[in-house]
Amino acid sequence: MSRIRYTRRLPAAAIAAGLVLALAACGGSSSTSADGAAPSAATDQLNPNADLSKQSLNITIWDGYSPKDLPQRVKEKLGFDVKVAIHDTNEMAMAKLATNTDSGIDVGFVSGQYAQALNEQGLLEPLHPELIPNLANLYPEASQMSFDKGNKFSVPYTWGTTGICYRTDMVKTPPTSWNDILNPPADLKGKVTMMTTERWLALPALKYLGDSINTTDDKQLAQAKDLLIKAKQWGMLYDDTTFGAKLDKGEAAMVEAWDGWCPTTNPKIKFMVPKEGSDLWSDTMVIMKSSKNKEAAHAFINFILDPKVHSWVAENILYKVPNKAAMDLVAQNDKPLLEKNAPLKMTPAELLKGESIIDLGEASSKYTRLATEISAKQ
Amino acid sequence: MPRRRMIYVPFWATYVFLYTPIIVLVVMSFNAGKSPYVFEGVSLKWYGELAGDETIRNGLINTLIVAVGATVLSTVLGTLLAVGMARHSRSRLLDALGLLPAILPDIVLGIGLLVFYVTVKMTLGLHSVILAHTVFGMAYVAAVVRTRLNHADTSLEEASRDLGASPLTTFTRITLPTLAPGIAAGALLAFTLSIDEFVIAFFTSAPTEPTLPIVIYSMVRFGVTPEINALATILLAVSFTVVIVAQRMTRLTESLS
Amino acid sequence: MAGPSTGRPPRRSRALGSAAARLVFLGPGLGYLIVFLIVPLALVLSYTIFKRGRFGGVVYEATADNFGRLFDPLYLDIVISSVRTAALTTLIALLIGYPTAYVIALLPRRWKTIALIAIVMPFWTNFLIRVYAWIILLSGPGLVNNALTGIGLIDKPIQLLYNEGTIVTGLLYSYLPLMILPLYAAIERLDPQLREASANLGARPARTLLSVTLPLTVPGILTGCVFVFVPCLGNFVVPEILGGGRSIMAGNLIRDQFLKARDWPFGSTLALAVVAILIILLFLQAWVSRAYGGIEGRRA
Repeated sequence: MSRIRYTRRLPAAAIAAGLVLALAACGGSSSTSADGAAPSAATDQLNPNADLSKQSLNITIWDGYSPKDLPQRVKEKLGFDVKVAIHDTNEMAMAKLATNTDSGIDVGFVSGQYAQALNEQGLLEPLHPELIPNLANLYPEASQMSFDKGNKFSVPYTWGTTGICYRTDMVKTPPTSWNDILNPPADLKGKVTMMTTERWLALPALKYLGDSINTTDDKQLAQAKDLLIKAKQWGMLYDDTTFGAKLDKGEAAMVEAWDGWCPTTNPKIKFMVPKEGSDLWSDTMVIMKSSKNKEAAHAFINFILDPKVHSWVAENILYKVPNKAAMDLVAQNDKPLLEKNAPLKMTPAELLKGESIIDLGEASSKYTRLATEISAKQ
Repeated sequence: MPRRRMIYVPFWATYVFLYTPIIVLVVMSFNAGKSPYVFEGVSLKWYGELAGDETIRNGLINTLIVAVGATVLSTVLGTLLAVGMARHSRSRLLDALGLLPAILPDIVLGIGLLVFYVTVKMTLGLHSVILAHTVFGMAYVAAVVRTRLNHADTSLEEASRDLGASPLTTFTRITLPTLAPGIAAGALLAFTLSIDEFVIAFFTSAPTEPTLPIVIYSMVRFGVTPEINALATILLAVSFTVVIVAQRMTRLTESLS
Repeated sequence: MAGPSTGRPPRRSRALGSAAARLVFLGPGLGYLIVFLIVPLALVLSYTIFKRGRFGGVVYEATADNFGRLFDPLYLDIVISSVRTAALTTLIALLIGYPTAYVIALLPRRWKTIALIAIVMPFWTNFLIRVYAWIILLSGPGLVNNALTGIGLIDKPIQLLYNEGTIVTGLLYSYLPLMILPLYAAIERLDPQLREASANLGARPARTLLSVTLPLTVPGILTGCVFVFVPCLGNFVVPEILGGGRSIMAGNLIRDQFLKARDWPFGSTLALAVVAILIILLFLQAWVSRAYGGIEGRRA
């Protein structure tokens, strides 16, 4: 190579290097300021009389988790446009919401521990309860979940527990313990699934061992890992999104499931909570600090908490809602629905016996590693 | 000669392998039943469902916006770059740089751009996907146009320059018309690649503006629905038409030139 | 044309024009590549020496941990096993792709075009839908199981999904055309007289293939192998959809560091490890191609 060629390349290299340094410098300063910011500090002054028709909302939610005509209903009632984005898992939602750039999302639907993580990062707007009068419809228990005591930054949309969902015609002895799914009978091979999201992947093993599902103890996690690896070597499959449909079609016989996703409308399918106990999860609504439509966001959450709106969730996707007024409405309108679907009848007191998954901060990487170890094991 | 025929076994196996899944998709898209496995009679109902699916329609519109945007940018930048590389530079490093986006694994480009956007605090949206798709689109346009340039006769350009025409005049009056078929082919390639691109869009799109592959990804994750079969069939029909038209067009331009 | 009427001496105009032209033609493209390719890659490179931020991003404190973790048996095993899966896919693609490309190259002109378009056609449908089609084919009540029970090979559906074989099938299906096209180009370019000479000297077709065609198409083979191997290594969709969550490849690992673990520095390090493998392969390919190019050169 000639020297001329080298010198010709120099300016380009210098520009590139300069740009990188400049970017690194500005990125650096911003990252320290983000770390230094106290969560839930500096509250925006919101105007309760703001003209909502001048605002519009972007929300992100699981597919099929809200009424299809929700945007039209909000438009009619509150006068602003709602655009619905879909995420398939909490992790997908977090990837978009937690990157520090303005994602364009105003209201996010994420599970409790993820809401907690977003808040610790200073990304959430503290709620203004005076703009959400319908908070009064919630069960008192709904403000006692450990990821957000007092609903400071999140409003629960649904809640429930994790258990075993199974087909009575394919599983000979009904499951009673988490061990029944960790160590299933040989004839169910290829028909048993557990969840892949790391904390719920670890749950059956930790609960079976009698440990907290929020443990960070290396020894307990190592024991749980052994159980999970044994289950995988037996032939466990992993599924977070389609286990309900598989069970319905008979492609699966026994799955680890969130109660609402267990298709109990099929008379051959039952849901049970193992005797070792389980969790209390909640999918919550949060308002992003980057939102420019915070008044509309509050109005939207308030609208969701309207019993007539919120009861849709229980009636159509069979998830319990932490909204007393809405659940009363369901009991009044559609008693047979409750009778047929046992999980819907769990009371708040029963639910509160479950342990809430909380964000573990730095230690959460232990669970990521655990999950990676399970998937890498052949 | 049995030995001679032996070689046709893998040949036909390849086509069977490539087309069995596609035939199944197409057939099942006309299934009257809900099951993706058992055919229960002919019906167009899944096409109706598809037409009424707002998420898919939005995804399709977003994809088309991204593809058109990225194609325009890629074509302009890629053509200029190809001419520059072929006529105004002899740097092999530059050649390698021009090809890099085409060989780099998608995931590396995807996370690189995500990191970049986050660092410069750019809000994600369709524009961020357009800019991302232009990176590889440009590389493909440049590669295709350059092949054409290398085969092109330079005497006209030289004559133009000798007559005192400015490089710009030479470019617009002589080079560009010669390159037109190459530019069209490059643009078509960039457009197709952008329409089907998933990984880079996955990292650089905003949650509010998913492209069609991202919508399909979340649909597939939520299980097998006959609606996806209908979508696949339509995409196939459209690409098939495009291939045939493109084929005709190249033959036409070839016979003209 | 406006040129001559400007009255400038042609020579000067050309010299000036050349510097300006370089800026006009190379400037935009090069600038774009620097901003949207070189800078992002440089950022990824710089991330490898920093600590992770708790919620993604980085803390600008230098550390060598990320490189150390690359050799953590957990991650090393995943990378090695995905290299193995990618290599297996590449090998199978070569074994069925070569004869296919060979037959296509010998077809009459008209059929050749049709055969080639037919190879590329599946590429024109959505990548995810192509992968997903295999779920329909291989699942319990799916077509393959039905066919197997139909001909009495098995008496009840067997588990065909969710293992390494399924992943290899999915990868092969996604990237086989990328193997066939460069092979076809290499075989097609060969002088048919060489094959005729070999046949005239009494060699059987198989022998001609092995001792004449094959060695002369080594550069094409290598190109095809790189084209298949590299995207296999970075793919995370196929293992996810067809692997039943039981397998993890390098692509998943990288994606998960960004999406789940929010450990951007380590994710960047893994991504660069994949790029490093790619660079080694490209050098190897260039080196071997040059060696074989020499043989071809001598022939001419």
